[in-house]
Amino acid sequence: MKAFDRVNPVAKLAAALAVGLCLVLTIDWVSAAVALTLELVAFAALRVPFRIVWTRTAVVWIAAPLTAVTIALYGQPSGQVYFEFSLVHVTDGSLTLALATGLRVLAIGLPAVVLFIGIDPTELADGLAQRVRLPERFVLGALAGFRLVGLFGDDWRSVAVARRARGVADNGSIGRLFGQGFALLVLAIRRGSTLATAMEARGFGSSTPRTWARSSPWGGREWLVAASGIAVGAAAIAASVAAGTWNFIVG
Amino acid sequence: MSNHHPGAPASVTVAGWGWRHAGRIAWAVRELDLRIEPGERVLLLGESGAGKSTLLSALAGVLGADSGESEGSLLVDGASPLPGRAGLVLQDPDSQVILARVGDDVAFGCENLGVPRDEIWVRVRESLSAVGLDVGLDRATSALSGGQKQRLVIAGALAMRTGLLLLDEPTANLDATGVTDVTDAVARALAATGATLVVVEHRVSVWRELVDRVIVLGATGVIADGTPARVLSGSGAQLAARGVWVSEHPTTPPRRRMVAATQPLEQAMGLGIGRGAVPIGRELELTVESGRCLAVTGANGSGKTTLALTLAGLLPPISGRLEALPPLAGRIGPSPIRWRSRQLLTRIGTVFQNPEHQFLSSSVRAELEVGPRALRLTPAETTARVDELLTRLRLDSLAAANPFTLSGGEKRRLSVATALATRPRVLVLDEPTFGQDSRTWSELVGLLAELLDDGSAIVAATHDQDFVHALADETLALS
Amino acid sequence: MVDIVVASVIGVASGLVFVVWNIVSVPATAPLAALLPGLQALGGGLWLFAGVLTGLVVRKPGAAAFGELLAAAVSALIGNQWGALTLLSGLTQGLGAEIVFAAFLYANFRMSGAILAGAGAGLAMAITDLTVWYPGSAVPFAVIYTVSGVIGGAVLAGLLSWLTARGLARAGVLSRFAIGRESAARV
Repeated sequence: MKAFDRVNPVAKLAAALAVGLCLVLTIDWVSAAVALTLELVAFAALRVPFRIVWTRTAVVWIAAPLTAVTIALYGQPSGQVYFEFSLVHVTDGSLTLALATGLRVLAIGLPAVVLFIGIDPTELADGLAQRVRLPERFVLGALAGFRLVGLFGDDWRSVAVARRARGVADNGSIGRLFGQGFALLVLAIRRGSTLATAMEARGFGSSTPRTWARSSPWGGREWLVAASGIAVGAAAIAASVAAGTWNFIVG
Repeated sequence: MSNHHPGAPASVTVAGWGWRHAGRIAWAVRELDLRIEPGERVLLLGESGAGKSTLLSALAGVLGADSGESEGSLLVDGASPLPGRAGLVLQDPDSQVILARVGDDVAFGCENLGVPRDEIWVRVRESLSAVGLDVGLDRATSALSGGQKQRLVIAGALAMRTGLLLLDEPTANLDATGVTDVTDAVARALAATGATLVVVEHRVSVWRELVDRVIVLGATGVIADGTPARVLSGSGAQLAARGVWVSEHPTTPPRRRMVAATQPLEQAMGLGIGRGAVPIGRELELTVESGRCLAVTGANGSGKTTLALTLAGLLPPISGRLEALPPLAGRIGPSPIRWRSRQLLTRIGTVFQNPEHQFLSSSVRAELEVGPRALRLTPAETTARVDELLTRLRLDSLAAANPFTLSGGEKRRLSVATALATRPRVLVLDEPTFGQDSRTWSELVGLLAELLDDGSAIVAATHDQDFVHALADETLALS
Repeated sequence: MVDIVVASVIGVASGLVFVVWNIVSVPATAPLAALLPGLQALGGGLWLFAGVLTGLVVRKPGAAAFGELLAAAVSALIGNQWGALTLLSGLTQGLGAEIVFAAFLYANFRMSGAILAGAGAGLAMAITDLTVWYPGSAVPFAVIYTVSGVIGGAVLAGLLSWLTARGLARAGVLSRFAIGRESAARV
C-alpha cells in the first residue's frame, strides 16, 4: 500500500470517476457484479488494510441494501407480481433492478473510499492546479479554507462546554446543535477573512504568474492507476453488453 | 516609477492621506502626514480607532480600491503599495498560517512572486534559520505554538525579500514565551536584512529596545513623534490614560478589604486532571475559599485551562476527588460535574479564554438575559439584574449591538457580565487579561476585587504576572 | 480574494455538515419513505444549502456552484455512499441554484430569491438522483421524489440559508461583503 500512497491523488480521483461514470450508464447486475469483483481483487492485491476500510466503507454497506429495497418495492413493475399494496409493487422486474442497484452502489462507492483514504490535501491541490489546470485561485483558496475548518475540533468542544457553563445544555439537542454550528461558522468566517488578508499580503491573487514549490509527479504509476479505473469500467460495460443485459439508464 | 529593489529597505511617504471604509460615514484616518526613512524602526501608538491598523493595511497593499475611498497619497519607495512587497504580521496566529507544512507555508509567498523552484527552497531554509525556527520543513504547522506560528509568518515575509516589515499587534494573543519568540524573530530578521519596521502594539516595554522612533497617532493625525525616551516621558501619562502599557506609569493595584472569615467552598484532594483519557496533572491539592483569589500559573500545556474547567464542573476529574462543600453545593450532590447545567449557574460561573465561544444571542441585552431566564427568574427581576450589569460594566450604549461586533475589551466585559448575571459564589476565569490594554485591564481587576470583597471566590488560570501580583491570595504553579 | 476564501470556508463547513447528514439521513428519512415512497427527498434539502448560502453571501457568478461543488468534494473525500459521483451531484445541484440566481441577473438575494434557488437545486438533485441512482423506479415514486426534492430544497436550502446568511451578517463577520453592509448600521 505504501507505493500506492505516493501516487498522485489526481490519478486516484480519475480512476474513481472513471469507474463511477462507466457504471452509471447502465442499470444491470452483470456490469455491477463484474466491476465489484475486479475491485475486490484489486484491493486484495494492493493489500489494503482491512480494518480501516471496513469502518470507512460502513456507510456504503448500509446504503446498498437500503437502496436495493427501495427499488424492490417501488421499481418499475414488470413480470410476475409477488406482492402488491397501494404504491408497492414487488415484481420480477423490480427485484432484478433491486439486485442491480444494490451491487451498483457497492461497485461505485467502495473504490472511491479506498482510493481516497490517505490523500494529502496539499498534494491533491497541487495536482488539480498543475496537472488538471483548474484555476489556481480557487484551488488554493479551497485548500486554505479546508485546512482552516479542519482545525475546528477544539473549538467545537469549547463551544459545547461553554454552553453547559451558560446553563443551557440540559435539553434541546437539535436546537443546540444548530446554535453551536452557527457560532462556529461565525468564528470560521472571521478567521477566514483574516486568512484572506494574510494571503493577499503574501501576493496571492495578483497578476504575476505563479511558480510552484512542489512538483506534482505524473508518470507511469499514475497512468497505470488511471488506466486501471478505465479498464474496470470498460470491462463492466463489455461484460454487460456481451451478456445482453445492457440497460441504458435513460429510457 | 518605482525605485524598489528587492530586499532593499523601503521608505514610506504619506501626505495628506485619508481612508474611509465602504459603507461608513466617518473617516478611519484623515489628513495624515508621515515620512519614514529606509531602515528606520518605528513603534506606532495610539488609541483604538485612531486608524493604526488601517494605515498598516494600506502600506501592505491590502486595502482594495473597492473596499473604500482614499484621499491624499501613500507611497512605499515612491510607488503605490503593492501586495507582496511588504511583510504583514497580524494578531491572531491561527488565521495567518496558510498551508499544512512549515516549509510549504514559508514558500507560499515566493510562489506568488514567481520565484523559480530551486531558489524558493534556498530562501525557505535561509528564512527559517534567520528567524530561529528550526523545526524541519515537514513539521505540521498545526503543532506549532502561538509564538512559533508568528515566527513562521515572519519567516514567510522574509522569504519574499520585503524591505518593509509591518506588525499589527503581533504579541497580543501570546504568552510570555510567545512574546519573546516574536521579538527575537523580528530582531534577527532586521539584523539580517536591515528592513524598515513599523510595529503597532500597546505593550511598549516589549519593543522599546528595538525601535528608534515612536509615533503616536490620534484623531487629528500625528500627536507625538520622536525617540522612545522623549515621547514616553513627554506624553507618558496621556498614553497610559489611553490604555498604552507604559512602564513609567504602572497600573495601581486595587485596594481590597480582606474579608476575615472565609468559607471553603470547593476542595480538591489528590485530583488528577486531563482531557479524555490523557492525564495532564495529578495529585493536586487545593481549596477554593470565599473572598479569596486562587491563581493557577504554569507554562503552555501545563494544564491551567484543564484545571480551571475541572474546578468549574465542566470537565470530569480523571482521578482523585473534587468535592463541592455544603456552603456551595447546598442540597445537591458534591460533584460539580454531575450537576445539571442550570444548577451550575448560581454556584460556579465560568469566563472562557475566547469570549466568542460563549455567545448565544444576537444582542448584548439578550445575552445577559440568558442566565436569568434559564433560572426562571421573573421578568422584573431579570430586567433589574441586566440593567445593573449593563451600567456596572459600561455596556449600556451597546445593549442592542450584536455581541460578535464588539471590540476585544468589550467582549471580555460582556462575557464576565454574563457569568455574573446569575450571581455565582465561585467565578472561574481562563486567561481573563489576554491581550487587554491597560485601561481595560485595570477595570477588570477592580471589578474582580469588588467581587472578592463581596464574598465570592475567584479561580484564575493566567500567565499574567501583573494580575497575579494585583489579586492573587494563593498561587498554584503547574508544571 | 476574500470572496474565494470565505466561499471556501462556507463550502468546507457545509461539507462537514453533509458528512454528518449522510449518516443521520438514513434513519431520519426512513419513516418518511415508509409513509410515502419518494418523500425521503424532503430531507435532501440539507445537501443543497451549501450552494445557496455561498451564493447569498458572495453574490457573484459562480459562487453557488463553487460552494456546492466544494462541499460535495469534502463529503466525497471523507467517504460516503455515493463515491466519486458525489462530485456529479455537487455540480448539478450547484448549477441548479446558480441558474436561478443567474436568471435574476444576480440581483435578487432576498428571501424569495433564496427560496427559488433552493427549489432549483432541489429540482436538479431530484433529476440527478432519479437518473443515476434510481433509474429503475416507477413513475409515482419519481413524481413524489421530485416534488419532495423541490419542497425540501426550497425550505431547507432556501429558507434556512437565507436565515443563516442574515444571522451571519448581523454577527458582523460579513462586513467585507455587500450583505454585511446592508445589515450594519451606518456609523
